Amino acid sequence: MSRLSSTDTPEETTDAAEAALDGPRNELLARLASQLGDGLVESHLVPGDDLWIRVTRESWAEAAGYLNTGLGFQYFNFLSAIDWMPSPFGRDMDSQVDITLGHDESSEIDASLEHGVAGGETRFQVFARVNDIVNGLGVTVKVDIPDDDLSLVSWTSVYAGANWHERECWEMYGISFDGHPGLRNIYLPSGFEGNPLRKDYPLLARRLKPWPGIVDVEQMPGGDEEESGDDS
Amino acid sequence: MTAISDRDQLSYIAAQAADARVNVELETEGMTLNIGPQHPATHGTLRIVAKLDGEQVIAADPVMGYMHRGYEKLTEVRTYPQVTTLINRIDWVGSFANEVPFILAAEKLMEVEAPPRAQWIRTILFEMSRIANISLFLGDMGLQVGAVTPAFFAFRDREHVLNQIEAVTGGRFHPNFDRIGGLKDDLPAGWITETKRAMKKIRSFCDEIEGLLQGNEIFEARTRGIGVIPADIGLGYGLSGANIRASGVDWDTRRDNPCGLVHDELDWKVWTHVDGDSFARFWVRLQEVRESTKMVDQLLDGLPGGPVMAKVPRIIKVPAGEAYVETENPLGVMGYYIVSKGDLVPYRVKIRSASFNNISITPWLLKGVYVPDIVTILGSLYFILGDIDR
Repeated sequence: MSRLSSTDTPEETTDAAEAALDGPRNELLARLASQLGDGLVESHLVPGDDLWIRVTRESWAEAAGYLNTGLGFQYFNFLSAIDWMPSPFGRDMDSQVDITLGHDESSEIDASLEHGVAGGETRFQVFARVNDIVNGLGVTVKVDIPDDDLSLVSWTSVYAGANWHERECWEMYGISFDGHPGLRNIYLPSGFEGNPLRKDYPLLARRLKPWPGIVDVEQMPGGDEEESGDDS
Repeated sequence: MTAISDRDQLSYIAAQAADARVNVELETEGMTLNIGPQHPATHGTLRIVAKLDGEQVIAADPVMGYMHRGYEKLTEVRTYPQVTTLINRIDWVGSFANEVPFILAAEKLMEVEAPPRAQWIRTILFEMSRIANISLFLGDMGLQVGAVTPAFFAFRDREHVLNQIEAVTGGRFHPNFDRIGGLKDDLPAGWITETKRAMKKIRSFCDEIEGLLQGNEIFEARTRGIGVIPADIGLGYGLSGANIRASGVDWDTRRDNPCGLVHDELDWKVWTHVDGDSFARFWVRLQEVRESTKMVDQLLDGLPGGPVMAKVPRIIKVPAGEAYVETENPLGVMGYYIVSKGDLVPYRVKIRSASFNNISITPWLLKGVYVPDIVTILGSLYFILGDIDR
């Protein structure tokens, strides 16, 4: 995957309407940059569409506070995490037929970390999204979590809604949140071992019984005579 | 008549005070009430552990996970077209609406745009899912306060909409009809006339519900001023849909952030209510159904011609990148954050479902309410368990 992120924003398109939409996001990014200073590591702006920022772990709480009170991003959308370490099980959970059909062997298992937009350095990244509903803007905030200390400051004091999302994130990725009022299991039974959404947590159902494969692939309309297995 | 001596009087007062002390001590012992996981008010398997002081709730803790199916994990081993089969089952009463944001996010990454006709039919089915979903709420809300008739009316009239959805997609509840680049099929013959008839029936259903519930003394007493959510609290918890609009927040992603659907070409109105109580949430949803039927009528009138499927490769590989698309689903804002590494399967899909955020306010909201109001508040927040547990 090519590195999609860049520290400078892409050139604005000539389309006047798009530039008008883009103005608020550029201004928002500038204000965030001046407030957070070095805390803002990287950003990615898609004109007229969306904005990503990546902050340091130390600036995580400050970013929330400033977005909420300083910039009017009062709406808490979601919080979750990404595990950037590719699954050690590779593609063996897929049917062999599917793999040969649409997948080139060269990229079977690539163990290197590749990060998405706004970059990253560590295996785990927490990302959250908040909205300014008055101006119709949304921003996704990312933060790197070092492997040797999987913890982060909780956002619950700023956004009450972060409570359950952080519980879910803790349970699924094993990232703890300092200052959270009660990190308990939310979906899984208490005492569950492992963090299911980590890439090295095997999906046992698939490992025991591989996907049947091509029989389930529905052909596109307009293609050949289509008749696919339907689950009744 | 004998006068009570001072001494007698004093001993009587002391005895009363001792009794009162005993009673007070008995009262302070709280009680834990376990509602669910199988309770009619919980729409499935939400369990609420409520600590009570008399009839008053002092702490409520929702317990989820009885229906957790791990969709975020499962999407990582499914190809993009296969994912729609899964996500149909998130909000199972308005299934088609679940597929839309996911497909739109995938299309955004692939830089594919569905042909106009597909966009219009998508919007029609999207709004019809809303009607089917919220009709159920309108009936159910009556049921929560003991009115049984609205529930029967709801099931009766929702059927008209489900029949129309089935006629197009082949599935009453799980259409699995949306495709990257368009739709699986075009509309069947005669569908437009039938759908218009169904919309007329839904409008008269709304009038019936209004006549039965609004102004009904019991219904008003049980919902007015109950479960009030101030706007700022609602925003902090990420409430969406009718729940936040009932608190006076004029925000609807269909109007404010349209992406891929054609709501901006229609003449419609976003309804809000200032009260923020259970009644307001009911009222806003009632207006929304009416608004949706009008939208469907307009969409059917202006339906453009042309193909319903864009040119997309037979094997769908989504280019590397990240995209987040959210739409205004029946239960509130639903979004998918897709991380792709250019593979057949998504690398990570974060499903932002509306009910999860909507229900996360319950520990705050249920504090201090009386036990019978738990049922009406949960009913008015309107959640689908699959949308919480995913």
